[in-house]
Amino acid sequence: MREADLVVIGGGPAGMAAAVEAARNGVEKVIILERDHTLGGILPQCIHNGFGLHLFGEELTGPEYADRFIKQVEELNIDVKLNTMVLDITQSRIVTAVNSQDGLIKIKAGAIVLAMGCRERTRGALNIPGTRPSGIYTAGTAQRLVNIEGYMPGKKVVILGSGDIGLIMARRMTLEGAQVKMVCELMPYPGGLNRNIVQCLKDFDIPLRLGHTVVNIHGKARLEGVTIAKVDEKGKAIADTHEFVECDTLLLSVGLIPENEISRDASITIDDVTAGPFVNESAETSVPGIFACGNVVYVHDLVDNVTNNGYIAGRNAARYLKERAGDTVKANANILQVRPGQGVRCVIPQLVHGNCPEDVTLSFRVDGIYRDVMIEAKADNQVIKSVKKRITTPGEMESITLSREMLQSIESGKIEVCLSSLERKGD
Amino acid sequence: MSKNTELTCIVCPLGCKLSVLQGEDDSIIEISGHSCKRGLSYAQTECINPERVITTTVRIRGGQMPLVSVKTDKPIPKTLMMKCMKIINRIEVMVPVKVGDTILENILETGANLVATGNAT
Repeated sequence: MREADLVVIGGGPAGMAAAVEAARNGVEKVIILERDHTLGGILPQCIHNGFGLHLFGEELTGPEYADRFIKQVEELNIDVKLNTMVLDITQSRIVTAVNSQDGLIKIKAGAIVLAMGCRERTRGALNIPGTRPSGIYTAGTAQRLVNIEGYMPGKKVVILGSGDIGLIMARRMTLEGAQVKMVCELMPYPGGLNRNIVQCLKDFDIPLRLGHTVVNIHGKARLEGVTIAKVDEKGKAIADTHEFVECDTLLLSVGLIPENEISRDASITIDDVTAGPFVNESAETSVPGIFACGNVVYVHDLVDNVTNNGYIAGRNAARYLKERAGDTVKANANILQVRPGQGVRCVIPQLVHGNCPEDVTLSFRVDGIYRDVMIEAKADNQVIKSVKKRITTPGEMESITLSREMLQSIESGKIEVCLSSLERKGD
Repeated sequence: MSKNTELTCIVCPLGCKLSVLQGEDDSIIEISGHSCKRGLSYAQTECINPERVITTTVRIRGGQMPLVSVKTDKPIPKTLMMKCMKIINRIEVMVPVKVGDTILENILETGANLVATGNAT
């Protein structure tokens, strides 16, 4: 069996950041296992710009952002195994993987970082009725076909879901000569950023049909059209609003799910709301020495935040390996459970050690659009930190940072993150 | 005759609805609906000279993959986007290509160069 100090599973932005940060913190033998033929994860196919604004202060494209980290991985002599699929990990940190050169490999790891990212929801997850013709793709698959493989998936396109990937693909397909007929969004508000609504839809006069969904799919060999309908406030289609839209391609941009098959097999505790592992402020999962970062924990909005999350995992994996300092924190631990309160859907990390040595930033997503609200962190029946927000939407993660002094003084073992003085707009 | 343009501000998540009143010579008479200075300047640029960076791909010859990603190194006038795409889609380059390589200089006399954003071997 091979041995390594740190095995990083996944070579996207989270995995590369974790590996680089661990190496910089003195971890000698770091291996990245990546199933694709190149590092970068989803970034190489995200050829649009806007990445890196927070981290580098400039607007990079996805491939450029990836390139900066690939260079760092090379400079630090981090071992990278491409075209390698991880089959299994155990609680005692044995990683089993396979590729066509080495065959089956087993690696005994001092620590593991999970950075497998997430996967798109498909037609099957939505249960859209109708026939099963070709021409129905997830937006990310279409993006790969257009930007990497050099194929156009179709000519007349309907997009379901107004998340950022769907909006980006509306522009991309239009630039490459397709006619994008409309983007349908089930919710009464768009899922993606304003900037993408303006620059991807309005620039090309593509209609955005809010409160609409696809209720039927037509065509035998190839998609011939879809039936769309208005939905009521519960998201149910309204019967007499059906409308046929002719198209040969349907792109689905209807959400992402963290990819945690191997985490589940290793009995790592998974949060039902985020579909990712429970993590503490060190990005450590319920299994000691196994860390998780990026979109495998929860779906981030910005790659800059994924990278920062990867740094946390890498730094703490290094600390775990070197000093077992994680253990001393835990030994005297006053473990605080972090919970979502009113107006908040989920909070990360779910656990914080009251005696942790650094300030802790709690990231969370709200459950609707709110204007002029206070974000509050509560413990021991009082507000310990509050931040005013003019607007907060489910499309953008919010965060609140608690100092180590605040954490140390908490006695009840719980922190709640919530919104107060709610004035809900729209729904 | 004056004209009125409705815009959504993209500066922050508030997404203010901006209204811009322009005179016959396109000079701005009045901007309303913004709630900050940044919104005001967004409305000015967007009405007088809207510009966009194009990000797309060009074909490559001799590579493992058929395409390499490219961008204009400066924003170009919004109205020239489709015209630029026609030119870009006729380009074919030989490998190797590195991030930052210039693929085409001064596209459509805009002063912007087309540069590679990816690597191809």
